[in-house]
Amino acid sequence: MLTEIPIIFILLGLAAYTVLAGADFGAGFWTLVAGGGQESRAATRDHARHAMGPVWEANHVWLIFVLVICWTAYPVAFGSIASTLAVPLFVAAVGIILRGAAYVLRPQLQDARAVESVFALSSILTPFALGTVVGAIASGRVPVGNAKGDLVTSWLNPTPLMIGTLAVATSAYLAAVYLAADAVRFGERALERDFRTRALWAGVATGALALAGLLVVRVDAPSLWAGFMRGAGLVMVIVSGAAGLATLVLVRGRRYGPARLSAALAVAAIVAGWGVAQRPVLLPGLTIEQAAAGRATLMAVIVSVAIGAVVLIPSLVLLFGLFLRGHLDAAPEPRGHAPAARPTSGAKRIRPVAAFAAVSFLVGVGFTFFGDHGWSFTVGVAGLVACAGATFFLAVTLPRG
Amino acid sequence: MSITAWVGCLVTAGGTPISPAEQEFVFLARQMQALSLAVHIPLVCFGIAFPVLVLFAEWRYLRTGDVVYRVLAKRWSKVMLALFALGVVTGTILSFEFGLLWPTFMASFGNVFGLGFALEGFSFFIEAIFIAIYVYGWDRLPPRLHLLCGVPVAIAGVTGSLFVIAVNGWMNHPSGFTLRDGRAVAADPWRALFGNPFFWHEWVHMYFAAFIVAGFLLAGPYAWGRSRGRWGRYERLALTIALAAAAVAAPLQPVIGDWAGREVARLQPVKLAAMEGLGPTTSGAALHLLGWYDGSEVVDGVAIPDLLSLLAFHDPNATVQGLDTVPVADRPPVNTVRFAFQAMVGIGSLLALLSVIYLYVRFRRRRLPTSRWFYRAVIAAGPLSVVALIAGWITTEVGRQPWIVYDVLRTSQAVTGARGIPIGYGTLVVVYLCLAVALAWLLHRLSRVPLDPGLDLDLDPDGQAGHAD
Ligand code: HDD
Ligand code: HEM
Ligand code: HEM
Repeated sequence: MLTEIPIIFILLGLAAYTVLAGADFGAGFWTLVAGGGQESRAATRDHARHAMGPVWEANHVWLIFVLVICWTAYPVAFGSIASTLAVPLFVAAVGIILRGAAYVLRPQLQDARAVESVFALSSILTPFALGTVVGAIASGRVPVGNAKGDLVTSWLNPTPLMIGTLAVATSAYLAAVYLAADAVRFGERALERDFRTRALWAGVATGALALAGLLVVRVDAPSLWAGFMRGAGLVMVIVSGAAGLATLVLVRGRRYGPARLSAALAVAAIVAGWGVAQRPVLLPGLTIEQAAAGRATLMAVIVSVAIGAVVLIPSLVLLFGLFLRGHLDAAPEPRGHAPAARPTSGAKRIRPVAAFAAVSFLVGVGFTFFGDHGWSFTVGVAGLVACAGATFFLAVTLPRG
Repeated sequence: MSITAWVGCLVTAGGTPISPAEQEFVFLARQMQALSLAVHIPLVCFGIAFPVLVLFAEWRYLRTGDVVYRVLAKRWSKVMLALFALGVVTGTILSFEFGLLWPTFMASFGNVFGLGFALEGFSFFIEAIFIAIYVYGWDRLPPRLHLLCGVPVAIAGVTGSLFVIAVNGWMNHPSGFTLRDGRAVAADPWRALFGNPFFWHEWVHMYFAAFIVAGFLLAGPYAWGRSRGRWGRYERLALTIALAAAAVAAPLQPVIGDWAGREVARLQPVKLAAMEGLGPTTSGAALHLLGWYDGSEVVDGVAIPDLLSLLAFHDPNATVQGLDTVPVADRPPVNTVRFAFQAMVGIGSLLALLSVIYLYVRFRRRRLPTSRWFYRAVIAAGPLSVVALIAGWITTEVGRQPWIVYDVLRTSQAVTGARGIPIGYGTLVVVYLCLAVALAWLLHRLSRVPLDPGLDLDLDPDGQAGHAD
């Protein structure tokens, strides 16, 4: 039981990453495929670029979360996966750097089409590469050991390629739904119509790919297929399909809010389905139980995720609340009314602050330099930090003589 | 099946689950790891120090109503976000590389130190969330709330560096597990990471280094602009703040460095011997400046009697363990470590000197220094502090070689068996070069955005016209 809890965290993280970061990648996709709508390509591209706004970094951290839980809780599996699947992982890593660069340079990129295309391609490459990683694990092509699997044929196979393609299609689809919703928020009717059409087409294509994917799995990875066809695995497949259909209906009816949720559900269900279908095997010959770290480590992971969640969930709610209500959109500068200027009273307080800085300097240097116990270093460092802070304050605020 | 049984059965089947690979790639893998760290760590300095500076400026604005502080905070926060994003992606590359380059290390010890990264992950979450709210929330959130939203960013900078350095401290002074067949079993991650005496000095030293690096690098462009006639009140204030941050940290850094040196002397004597090029174990050991380690002693250097013993143990007659206490195969590359260490200490001393001059003029004369040489030195100090930073990490990491986990696992045993590291390395070099060019271009563009023309920044709040120094 204990050994499976971190897997649940990993799958949750994976689902969140697919849904949230997937939409970011998909926005990159639509800057590349910007034609065919009523709005001009330039306007479409601008809109898609805008979508990579404030939430990009937070969305990206889900991937880090998945990695660190994996290497802490299932170290042997992590080592095996990373070494055998080095090629797609490295491709994904490069894609991530490019994507990050795109995010940073985004506001300045209006007139650099060639550069922008590189970034857009990286938004397709990264989900594709990560998808092949998932596919290779799911189809049992990662043996236990340091690079024991073939560097190329482990992922250049029907199931991995299928899942890679599906990952790209899913991102494009999610992004189209989100971008349509954004267009509503900005009152851009033409853009909304365009992205609604794109969302519908992408949705149909993703659904078709998913069905085709199941057939590929049936031939290429029979044991995974069996897992999908029984019990909870089957339930998840059905939930995912139903949620997918519901999303199409909602998008047609312009109900983008609920559509986002059902699209997310469709993705989450398929990730959960994968977990259930493969259970209890993690890699060939290695069950989750065998791969798991010791009890103390697992407990530590669970405790820290629990504590982390207490801090994280309200913060995420705050961020997405502000973001979705448009409070973080770029705005024409309202001239902030300055708080009433107070007479600069720095001068009066110089002496006590300077005395404080001097005392903490002596304490800090004394206890750090002559100390040789934990407590004396603690006092010493506190003194050094206090001295630095006070001196910094003085150096900045001291009036000119 | 329990872990032990599992390991046992693999051992009978012929080796630990993840077995060492051929050695041809170890050197390249080390280079690749070093390259990625050398790109990530200077960015991280901004992740740690920049939020504090930006928040301070905004807080001064709220206290005094002086708009120039606000303009400063807002412009800096844009740069902060860009650098943060690059810190995020380069850090992600590091996480990938742990698996790509050192799978055996991860497989054998991930259960011991992985927790540190899991906790760090939460710090990053918090940092990413609130930095977005902060930077995109200018003009949108009420001023005080806005300031408040920046606080978690600064705190996450503290905890983020704490957790990752706890991992590094553990690698340097491993504990909290039982070793069986080359793998850690019965791991106690809390004790391993935080009950470790080695990492506290690393963390404090790094935290101060972050302010030194960020402060000097930030001050550089304003010092440069001064020689080009850009020297309004805005620029002077920016320089004052950036330089103050570096100047209060740099003179204290040697004190923390002394603490670091004593911990190394106590817990990693071989690393200390390599830092100093000390061949035979000696009591009352001399310190050598410059020179070259020829395989048994330092030649062509300036020897200062007894100083090494004094610095390392605060006792001029103390016995310092030499390199000859371990077999040649267990010694780090002495000259690399020694050269890096001397570079750090040398640069650190110069930076401390520059800082003291700045603080002296600022407090005694109550103005900024006027000498052209001072500003030239400030321009040089930025890149030099980065060199010191990287040199410090080379001291720590290369000084730990040949071990990846000190005295437990060799780097050569940890490396991946996958081919293609040369291709990966080459690609990464190209990508990072492009990234550097793009960043330089972006910072240039951002610096050219005109200051808000509607505001007369050259007026002090009390109505006095600012005058150029
Ligand atoms: C701007 C950066 C900077 C400056 C000016 C200095 N250092 Fe440093 N030093 C670092 C940045 C750094 C670092 C990069 O942050 C390291 C690497 C690992 C660590 O804990 O800090 C480091 C490591 C490090 C170590 C090895 C610690 C270990 O292996 O655990 C020692 C002994 C010192 N330093 C000593 C000094 C002394 C005596 C300095 C006096 C001038 C000094 N450092 C200036
Ligand atoms: C936890 C996993 C880590 C692994 C597997 C790792 C491994 C390595 C290896 C193998 C090298 C190359 C040494 C050489 O060139 O001889 C290296 C270098 C380095 N490491 Fe670590 N390290 C880890 C953690 C850290 C951490 C947490 C830091 C900083 C906080 C760090 C900072 C550095 C730096 C700066 C270098 C560069 C040294 C150089 O330029 O040669 N490492 N690391
Ligand atoms: C070898 C080791 C390292 C690894 C594996 C690593 C990993 C990471 C990762 C994955 C991120 C991105 C997190 C995100 O998505 O928000 C990151 C960013 C960051 N890392 Fe590192 N890191 C390493 C070294 C360091 C060092 C030496 C420090 C220094 C103290 C550090 C402190 C930070 C901080 C503060 C951030 C936040 C980003 C920023 O503020 O720029 N890391 N690191």
